Amino acid sequence: MTAVARELVSWGRFFWSTLTSMRTALILLFILGVAAIPGSLLPQRPTNPSGVSTWLASNPGWAWIDRLGAFDVFGTAWFAAIYLLLFVSLIGCILPRTAQFAKALRAQPSPAPGRLGRLEGFTTVPATDVAAQLDAAEAHLRGRRYRVRRDESAISAERGYLREAGNLVFHICLVTTLIGLAWGSLFSFKGTAIVVEGQAFSNTISQYDEFGSGAAFNTSWLSPFTVRLDDFRVRFETGPTQTGAAREFDASVTVTTPDGSSRPARLEVNAPLQIGGDSVHLLGHGYAPVVTVRDGQGNVAFSGPVVFVPLDANFRSDGVIKAPDARPERLAFEGVFLPTADTSRIGMVSIFPDALNPRLLVNAWAGAPKQETGIPENVYSLDKTGLTQLMNGDQPVTEDLAVGSSLVLPDGKGSITLDGWKRWTKLQISDTPGGWLVLVSVMLAVLGMAVSLSVRPRRLFVRLVGVVPSDDDADGTDGERGDTVGGEPVSGQRLEFAGLDRVEGRGGLADEVAALVAAVAPGREDT
Amino acid sequence: MIAYYSSLAMVTSVVLYLLAVAIFGAEWAAARSARPVRELVAVGSGFEPSAEPEPVESARASRSEMLGRAALGVTVIALGTHLAGVVLRGIAAGRAPWGNMYEFITTSLAFVAIAFVVLAMRFGMRWLGLPVTLLLVIGQGLAVTVFYVDVSELMPALHSVWFVIHIIAAAIAGAAFNVGAIAAGLYLVKSRAVERGRVSGSLSRLPDVDTLDRISFRFHAFAFPLWTFTIAAGAIWAQYAWGSFWNWDPKETWSLVTWIIYAAYLHARTTVGWKGQRAAWLALVGVFSFWFNFVGINLLTTGLHAYGGL
Repeated sequence: MTAVARELVSWGRFFWSTLTSMRTALILLFILGVAAIPGSLLPQRPTNPSGVSTWLASNPGWAWIDRLGAFDVFGTAWFAAIYLLLFVSLIGCILPRTAQFAKALRAQPSPAPGRLGRLEGFTTVPATDVAAQLDAAEAHLRGRRYRVRRDESAISAERGYLREAGNLVFHICLVTTLIGLAWGSLFSFKGTAIVVEGQAFSNTISQYDEFGSGAAFNTSWLSPFTVRLDDFRVRFETGPTQTGAAREFDASVTVTTPDGSSRPARLEVNAPLQIGGDSVHLLGHGYAPVVTVRDGQGNVAFSGPVVFVPLDANFRSDGVIKAPDARPERLAFEGVFLPTADTSRIGMVSIFPDALNPRLLVNAWAGAPKQETGIPENVYSLDKTGLTQLMNGDQPVTEDLAVGSSLVLPDGKGSITLDGWKRWTKLQISDTPGGWLVLVSVMLAVLGMAVSLSVRPRRLFVRLVGVVPSDDDADGTDGERGDTVGGEPVSGQRLEFAGLDRVEGRGGLADEVAALVAAVAPGREDT
Repeated sequence: MIAYYSSLAMVTSVVLYLLAVAIFGAEWAAARSARPVRELVAVGSGFEPSAEPEPVESARASRSEMLGRAALGVTVIALGTHLAGVVLRGIAAGRAPWGNMYEFITTSLAFVAIAFVVLAMRFGMRWLGLPVTLLLVIGQGLAVTVFYVDVSELMPALHSVWFVIHIIAAAIAGAAFNVGAIAAGLYLVKSRAVERGRVSGSLSRLPDVDTLDRISFRFHAFAFPLWTFTIAAGAIWAQYAWGSFWNWDPKETWSLVTWIIYAAYLHARTTVGWKGQRAAWLALVGVFSFWFNFVGINLLTTGLHAYGGL
């Protein structure tokens, strides 16, 4: 090997051992925590895009932080770099420790130390029948689920292997959790669609209002099911506290699965619908006024519900009604829907989110018919090119429509009637494979952590000391306990007992040594 | 009507906790003026009942003991009214009383108070009294003045069995983190005094520094798995309610930050150079992060965890 290669290997080793050291892992953990903070305090694009624009508009001098990914912290390369380094460090730590642990499981406990005098619970007992006493000690220890190493004149016992096992399970499960999350983000999809009562959603890409998927997802994998919204009920708080807050959502749907079979189902918040592998969630709701537009020739140019977008907590909603097929001129209306209009007040105010006094405020636009281009239009806004607002003198034509009433447009251009209203729901359809792996991993991790934080390893020792076998029995040393070591010399062979806690913070070691002594020399502990 | 009695009980508990703080304070003051007691080296005695009454150094020391008992008695009565307040609130609302910040604070502080009373009566840890009752006064006081909201129904997203699991785990973990942080704070104070060689009267009544450190660790070791479980249960609930495990909602992010800080604390305790005081500081940073997540996030940001008037 050349000197350069040796140097490289040595640097590599240095780099690897630094990366996998506990200190580095701690620093990376700390950096990860700090790096997550801006993501919680600044608005983030994936969850709150309008918040980002508002923030940027009010802090124009700070636009540069956008280039650092401050508005999508959890999707940036540098955030990924931190946690990937952390996980590499973690794996580098787990592998050798698992190997060590596997070896320790197969091996016997290490031999008892030569001198026990300085350990906790040190006790001596005269040796009367060494073999029988050691047998008794071994039986006692095995009964307490110690792993026992029996040497000629000593016993070394160890317990608490589950601590390291739990510790390893926890850290391995962190890695499998990350693998599950990565798998999920690669193959997942999530989309939303607005469905009006009486209408249906078919699971094809063209029916989605918003759709996002992982890099490895193919939209042809969408399973062709249909969800029809039969009825949607919502109940609002009418009491004095939190008036108007939503209290219950409940949708009745009919699900048609790809094999053609239909079944009724209920969809509630917290109770998503499972169709194959996909989940259907109820995310939001709103109003869709049902209108009929007649054109100048008296024909129905448009009829049906129009989705309006809620603007406030009392569901003042706005929307656009378009009748491009109206003749001789096409018609369009800008509308505001008030579910509970306050007729005593001027202005467009809704005072309660339920539809107690529904009103539709409209103005009207007309223009020459337009060529169908096939280019999709935004259904929530009105492109006013080629349209002129209808006027009554110098006042725009507007009307406050109650259910059943109509606005007749001037000059025989047509009319609009509010027939009623329907509710719409925003459905989210998603599939996150790998969820079970994440779930199992996290639960095992919690279990492993609880075990490793509550199990405390302990070692107990017995050692035979004293070289000259003595004739006189135990009388001479009766009542002598280990606490007096260094006091009166003990003649003859004796057994020493002591214990050692490998992790601080556990009481009861002295008691456990005493129990071991009692098992070997019954009655001794009372003297 | 029941809601009224609930509020009455809560306010009463604040007054009684305040009284307990005053008496615990007097206990410490009496101990301060008593002659310093020799450092008791009682290894492993943190959780064992202090069977041996400490030698009576002077009349002042026994007065201090008497004040301590009285303060504990007042705390027990305060806890009684506190629990009555929580239970009545639940009855008034017809559901588990933790649907908004007021209810969550009062419930989790009830867990803190229960933990303290059990520790003081069964394990001789009355020395936690002053900081714990101080925490209870401030927390309960803020709850009844700033965070109070009238009884109301839950929003639909909270209609879930995970609501109970997630919140109760969070409340117990929070209680343990707070007690652990108090022990860590006392450890810092006492270990500094030991370094300077001045362990005066009131500090000498605390357990030795190793015991304080160990007690702090045990609370964290209990709370950390529970906190992990809280986050996991929240993620499962999020999957049901919103269709994804994790949304990087501010509250989620900060619970992760808190988790990371406590993970660092646990690792620091086994790392050379971080043991002891540095680890204790991490525990204090952790509890600060917990409180920020708990209260600050709801005041500063809007996220998916904004429920029912705070």
